[in-house]
Amino acid sequence: MIDWLADPLAHGFTVRALIEISLLGLVSGAVGCWVVLFGISYSAESLAHGMFPGLVGAALLGLPLLVGGAAGIILAGLLIGLVGRLSGDSADTAIAVVVTSLFGLGVLLALSPESPPGIQALLFGDPLGVTEGQLIATALIGAAVLVVLRTGHDRFLAVGFDDAPGRIRGLSPALIQTLLLVLVAVTVLVGVQALGNLLVAAILVGPAAAARLLSSRMKSMILLSAGIAIFSGVAGLYLSFHARVAAGAAIVACLLAAYLLATLIARARTGITRMPPIRKEPADERASQLV
Amino acid sequence: MSNRHSSREPVIRAAHATLGYEGTPVLHGLEFQVPAGSRVGILGPNGGGKTTLFRALTGEIAPLSGDLKVRATTATVAQTDRSRLDYPVSALDVAAMGALARLPWWKRPGRSERRQALESLTMVGLADLADATFGDLSGGQRQRVLIARALTADAELLLMDEPFTGLDATSEQRLEELIDRLAANGRTVMIATHEVEQAERWDLVLCLNGEQISFGDPASAISKPVLEATYGGHIVEIPGQPELGVLPAHHHHHGDAERPGR
Repeated sequence: MIDWLADPLAHGFTVRALIEISLLGLVSGAVGCWVVLFGISYSAESLAHGMFPGLVGAALLGLPLLVGGAAGIILAGLLIGLVGRLSGDSADTAIAVVVTSLFGLGVLLALSPESPPGIQALLFGDPLGVTEGQLIATALIGAAVLVVLRTGHDRFLAVGFDDAPGRIRGLSPALIQTLLLVLVAVTVLVGVQALGNLLVAAILVGPAAAARLLSSRMKSMILLSAGIAIFSGVAGLYLSFHARVAAGAAIVACLLAAYLLATLIARARTGITRMPPIRKEPADERASQLV
Repeated sequence: MSNRHSSREPVIRAAHATLGYEGTPVLHGLEFQVPAGSRVGILGPNGGGKTTLFRALTGEIAPLSGDLKVRATTATVAQTDRSRLDYPVSALDVAAMGALARLPWWKRPGRSERRQALESLTMVGLADLADATFGDLSGGQRQRVLIARALTADAELLLMDEPFTGLDATSEQRLEELIDRLAANGRTVMIATHEVEQAERWDLVLCLNGEQISFGDPASAISKPVLEATYGGHIVEIPGQPELGVLPAHHHHHGDAERPGR
């Protein structure tokens, strides 16, 4: 058992991967709680896919992925705003149109003969390929995201509860929601290196959704979510090391397992120990609409 | 929490005010003054302009013409069925959110704010449920938590949007007593309601239907012609009080079976 745990630690690349995934789990676990609470999981996933051409472009030009991803996200954001305005369609439709087009463009670029090998790492991530420089970037950016989250905690909580203007001095609800989206974008950007374009949304949404089922306070939800994310990430890396499967996929499998386990625990709890509160209103119907 | 407005200056003064959105008037002919410590009932059909008036009183929209002056910290108490029951917060968390209306944006509510939130909960009679999850409370209790939030915000003018909707008789009575207590403390409370009988018990009544139909103390401001103008003739008579009327129950009550005694 000890060997099983210690073996991966003999290699520098697995140690770096373990640190990277733990940092990422901490940050995504916390940010993800707000994503789930504000119901913007779809936007978060779209941000990840929309930056794909930016990532491929960076790989082709030999630029850092952070730079390409940032450019891709900004482009996607501008296009979504533009399409929404021009067509008058709902935000959902604009996001879908822009993101699928951008993703298609990215695939086209990736399949071109000039593309360097290993571009599939952009889709599925390559946690074992993380460099020291990337680790430092993850730590610094992650720390900045956590500081903003902590400073804004009460405002985020109040806006998610009900967003009537005037309840928060000096900040409009729209500004706070935009700030949250920026934090999500930054987190996705940092996570792409390890988990790739297609899988990064899993670590953002999965642990938070699981924690949501098991917590009735925001603070405990954030701590639990970060814990689940870190644990699943580390477990996934060990699984990948010993079973020789792709690291990104193994991590996502562990995240999914954690979510299913949380669902079972929540079911068992409501079924056995926790009686539903006595209500005078048809509250459950309304609550389910908001999820 | 004693009388905040010892001066006789009215808390709200509307003069020839027209309210609306992007140049389209929704509510016109507002002409009234509300002294501090009054309980003001607002009667009117859905779409009659109550929400627009509230938005103007909080300063969210400016009058299209005329004048509307508010000399008080204002807070709206939303309908509790609009709030999220699945939200991971305690009653105390919600009451403490009121402090965000006063604190500078970079400052987090601390111990003194939470103490104040607990005082607010005590004021509304919910100190013992401070740690309960908001969504687990009854409709009446949630309504009082939202009022506590307004108290933490130091609101002197509370705007309540149909706070009695969906409450049982006991909760309704508790809420009425709380409104009386707030007014006795010098706070001004405006309550949008569909219950004419209820509005009759308060100090002032404002009837709205796209314009101000009447304003004043209930004895003079409520009459059958006024109610007909306010509700567009859709009224039925109260047995034993033929001079007045009440509304038929079509104003989206969420389940009238839950309102015993009605």
